[in-house]
Amino acid sequence: MWDYSEKVMEHFLKPRNVGALEGANAIGETGSLSCGDALKLYLKVNENERIIDASFMTFGCASAVASSSALTEIIKGMTLDEAAKVTNEDIVDYLGGLPKEKMHCSVMGQAALKKAIADFRGIQILEKPGEMVCECFDVTDLEIIDAVKNNDIENTENVTNYLKAGGGCGKCLDRIEEIVHKTRASMETDSAPD
Amino acid sequence: MIEKRIDMIYTDNNATTRVADEVIEEMLPYLGQFYGNPSSMYDFADSVNKKVRQARAQVADLINAAPDEIIFTACGTESDNAAINAALNAFPRKKHIITTAVEHPAIRSLCLHLQEKKGYKVTFVPVDKKGRLDLDTLYSAMSDDTAVVSVMWANNETGVIFPIADIAKKVKERGIWFHTDAVQAAGKIPIDVKAEGVDMLSLSGHKIHAPKGIGALYVREGIKFSPFLIGGHQEKGRRGGTENTASIIALGKACELANANLPLLNTQVREIRDYLETRLLDEIPATSVNGDRENRLPNTVSIGFDAVEGESILMLMNQAGICASSGSACTSGSLDPSHVLMAMQVPFKSAHGSIRFSLSHYNTKSEMDTIVETLIPAIDRLRQMSPFWENGKVV
Repeated sequence: MWDYSEKVMEHFLKPRNVGALEGANAIGETGSLSCGDALKLYLKVNENERIIDASFMTFGCASAVASSSALTEIIKGMTLDEAAKVTNEDIVDYLGGLPKEKMHCSVMGQAALKKAIADFRGIQILEKPGEMVCECFDVTDLEIIDAVKNNDIENTENVTNYLKAGGGCGKCLDRIEEIVHKTRASMETDSAPD
Repeated sequence: MIEKRIDMIYTDNNATTRVADEVIEEMLPYLGQFYGNPSSMYDFADSVNKKVRQARAQVADLINAAPDEIIFTACGTESDNAAINAALNAFPRKKHIITTAVEHPAIRSLCLHLQEKKGYKVTFVPVDKKGRLDLDTLYSAMSDDTAVVSVMWANNETGVIFPIADIAKKVKERGIWFHTDAVQAAGKIPIDVKAEGVDMLSLSGHKIHAPKGIGALYVREGIKFSPFLIGGHQEKGRRGGTENTASIIALGKACELANANLPLLNTQVREIRDYLETRLLDEIPATSVNGDRENRLPNTVSIGFDAVEGESILMLMNQAGICASSGSACTSGSLDPSHVLMAMQVPFKSAHGSIRFSLSHYNTKSEMDTIVETLIPAIDRLRQMSPFWENGKVV
């Protein structure tokens, strides 16, 4: 059984802000039935770009539900600019941690939030930038590079934990390893003292 | 100290079973005062040796084998590994293995390993949407290069039973060894290795109310067996290592009980399984059974609830003290639903929300009522939350 924190269990058993939001003017959707989890995030944003209400609908495991619930609690009352800075780590911290295999649930929250903000601002996210790496879970090289940098990921296993990439057929695992390697090498160069 | 809930409902018997009281009683003296090594030359040890011999006969009885055809192992996985290993050793020039797409990891991972690291070619015979084996593919895959065919007797996730006698006959006609993983079938349906023509068969103690850490491998007399664990003369040189006497004695007793309880499994247990299944199908919309309902173990039902995810269902059931398991990705740490449900092409909408209930004779009908009454609001709640559920159906 997963070692879920009390907060995760509490947000799973008594999720906040569940259901479609009447009067929502921004929606962000991520995931699918085939992926095994999906989140639809609803925001009500006022004329000052402040999120006055948020809700969600989630298909997924306990940590997916809890991450969604936590996300809505975190962003309520924020301006869109503030919300745009919310990361998956904020969700994880709010919940008192997530098992590493479940990190992708928090990443899903961040992704849905980005999409909702883009939706409100009328920015169309047509195609993801970067080169497709994991076709099973639709993950690009740029997303992997981002995740490696933001979460200090050191191996392919954790790329899968955070992004699901490589967790399906496994054909892209070598490519992921290569990306992790190169990204970490560049991180070390970047942070090296002059 | 961890305490067990008194209202717990245990319906995960394909994962493991409660050790029968009679089994504990039988094995305890051999954990305690009767600790002699059965190979030693004095009465104190010989009394243990006699009990081990008795256990071997009890195991043999369950599957209609001769006692000498039984090798004690540490688990079903070891039995499976030992069987495949023996076949490959017997035919060193043959580099082809046939198995199914829905085997337990004990066979599946071993075959993948042999394919990826040892240069073997493996045919994974597919199943249809009801989990029935594609026999034409199996038979046409057999060649002079095939060393062994390994087909599970019954599937652990769906309970679907394969036609072992037919397969064994066709395989043997080609002079190929036939092994079956009967870990889920043993003790649930009658097994007769002689009538079915099996060369090797694996079974496991903890699935039939014996403790964990004990298994057995049936090896038909005349099979040129080479040991997997090389060591002492134990098990007539077929498996090294000092006998796990208490657990062997436990397995013997468990097999005797399983034999006696077989009619119960196919009446009482089957009835309450059918009762649970019917109530769930009738009272929860968009629900379907995975696998062939005709040819199925009497204790197993795998049921898919559309538009909800299995781990969430398990967690809500756990709140009510109900133990079951899921074919969903999230429970295992893997990201795809189980290879069994995928091989059956179960659609994603219900694969991720599939729950397996596996009963034993310890279960009661009123427990099934509690399960249904827990699941009705639980599934409803999760569907209210699901973006794929609208107005009573999947979107």
